[in-house]
Order: sequence, then C-alpha cells, then structure tokens
Amino acid sequence: MSVAPSEVELPESGEQTTPDKPWLTIVWNDPINLMDYVTYVFQTVFGYPKPKATKLMLDVHHKGKAVVAAGARESMEHNVEVLHGYGLWATVSSDS
Amino acid sequence: MDAFRRTSGRGVRARFDAPEAVLLRSLIEQVVDLLTDPDASPPGSPGAAGPYAPPGTPGFSGTPGPSGAGEVIGPAGESLDPGTPGVPSPAELETMLGMGGTAQAPEDPALARLLPDAYRDDPDAAGEFRRFTEQSLRGAKQESARIVLDTLPADGGPVKLSGEQAQSWLRALNDVRLALGVRLGVTEEFEEQWQELDPVDPRSAAFEVYAWLGGVQESLVQALT
Repeated sequence: MSVAPSEVELPESGEQTTPDKPWLTIVWNDPINLMDYVTYVFQTVFGYPKPKATKLMLDVHHKGKAVVAAGARESMEHNVEVLHGYGLWATVSSDS
Repeated sequence: MDAFRRTSGRGVRARFDAPEAVLLRSLIEQVVDLLTDPDASPPGSPGAAGPYAPPGTPGFSGTPGPSGAGEVIGPAGESLDPGTPGVPSPAELETMLGMGGTAQAPEDPALARLLPDAYRDDPDAAGEFRRFTEQSLRGAKQESARIVLDTLPADGGPVKLSGEQAQSWLRALNDVRLALGVRLGVTEEFEEQWQELDPVDPRSAAFEVYAWLGGVQESLVQALT
C-alpha cells in the first residue's frame, strides 16, 4: 500500500465534488422479487435501518420505483452493479 | 425441508430432502448454463457438461422446455468447459479483467432480466456500462451458483452456511426465481395465475416449484434478519 505525498494536489473531479448530488440510484418494481428480500437487500447493501429500508421497498412496490441513493455518478454505478448482483432491477439516472 | 435457522455466530443451517436437493441443483445448473457467454470462452467438447436433468425430478417431469423434461431455464447443450489452460489470448485477458464485453443487452428475456440495463433512457450509457461490467456480473452470478452447488449435498441432507455463503445462496436463489419467473410470465397476481391453470397443465408444476423457491428464499431471509 502506498500513500500519496501530501504536497501533491489531487486532480479536480467535477462529478465527485458537485455539491448537489446530481446522480441517482433508482430501483424499479418487478413482480418476482419478494418484499422481505428487497428490504433485506437495502439494509445489507446500503446499511439502512429496517424502517428506512422497508419504506423504500414499499415505495418501489406502490409507486413503481424509488430513489434509493444519490451522489456521484461513479458510486451510483457501483450501487447498480451490486444491486444487479442481488437481482434487483436498478438503474442510474441523472437528477434532472 | 427444514427451514433455515441461525446458528451460533453469523451462519445459518437447513436441511433439504433428496428430491429437493436434486431439483434445486438442477435449477441452479440451468442458470449457470444460461449465464455462460458463448462468446467469452471457446466451445467445449460435445456433451462435456450438459444441463443436469435427473429422471423423475418431482414436479418437473412434465414441464415443457427447449430441450425436454426438467429443462426450463437454460439453453440446451451449453458447456461449462472453461477451455484448455495455457497462455491467455488478448480476448481472454479482457474477459479476466471484466472488459471487452458486448454493449448489447441479451435477446433472451430471462438472461436480460439477470443482466439488466443500468441506464433506462440512455442506450449509449447503458451499452458502455454493459461493455465494462457484464462479464464480471455473469462471473459473480456463476460463482454464487457454484457455492450453492458446493454446499448442497446432491442427495440431500444438512446444509450449513457461513454468513458469506448465505449471501451467495440468496443471490443464486433469486437468480433462479428471476429466470423461472420470466419463463412463466409471472405477474403480481401470481397466486391467481397459478390457480387458473388446470392442475394437469405442466406449467402448474413449474408454478409449484416457483412458489417453493420463494419459500426457501423467505426462510433464508428470515434466518438472516
């Protein structure tokens, strides 16, 4: 493991430093995934407490979709990859 | 089957009867076959490792499929042979790094559900994302499936899982449910769909299997929470 010298300035990263979190992770409703399973995945992947995970699951179920995370594009893409691993129907979207 | 229960520590345990183990292993192997990208590895020798469809699998013997009884998910004749070991070609190196994949979503709806687009209204971004991630997603799903095959005795019996193995089971069980659910055209009104089928309709047995899989997964989720 190596640590960058402190005097080296890190390059500007436009997406990561944008304060208004323009990218979203969206989970869409589907007829196959079980409600308890979806709640469990939200708890496991995002570390959300059960009430928040349950509310998001119910939003997906009743409204057809829910925003489950917001932030830099790269981390939203990472979320989606992990959620696809669990079989959830997740997409990245810009917040516009 | 004895439902999943928490063991001391972070693990879980359950017990599967022999017919249940045979059925679940068969379904898992069909998903592994479905996820095997024909473009990513050289074709294996004929008949090397075809889908496992044991005779007399309960509830499945009359199920119609692309290649006969018991074959409801996977494509026929796909081989798991990873090819001759040796110096990897540039294409194989790209595969190892999870790169060099296709930008096109799979045509098979079951496979497309397992490997969905990451962008809904941006085909270019979806294609780019898929090109860099699809191979590793396929590999991760196959790895989860293999962990189920490694921990589920072929003739049934006790299953003891670490916390990590339980996560692999969850993902693999869900992939089987997704593939089977797409094949059956399952909707939110699953119970009604099932009840409306004639009991002698072969799909009725497949719905029964689908419902059983949901019960197994539910039991595992409850044991983990």
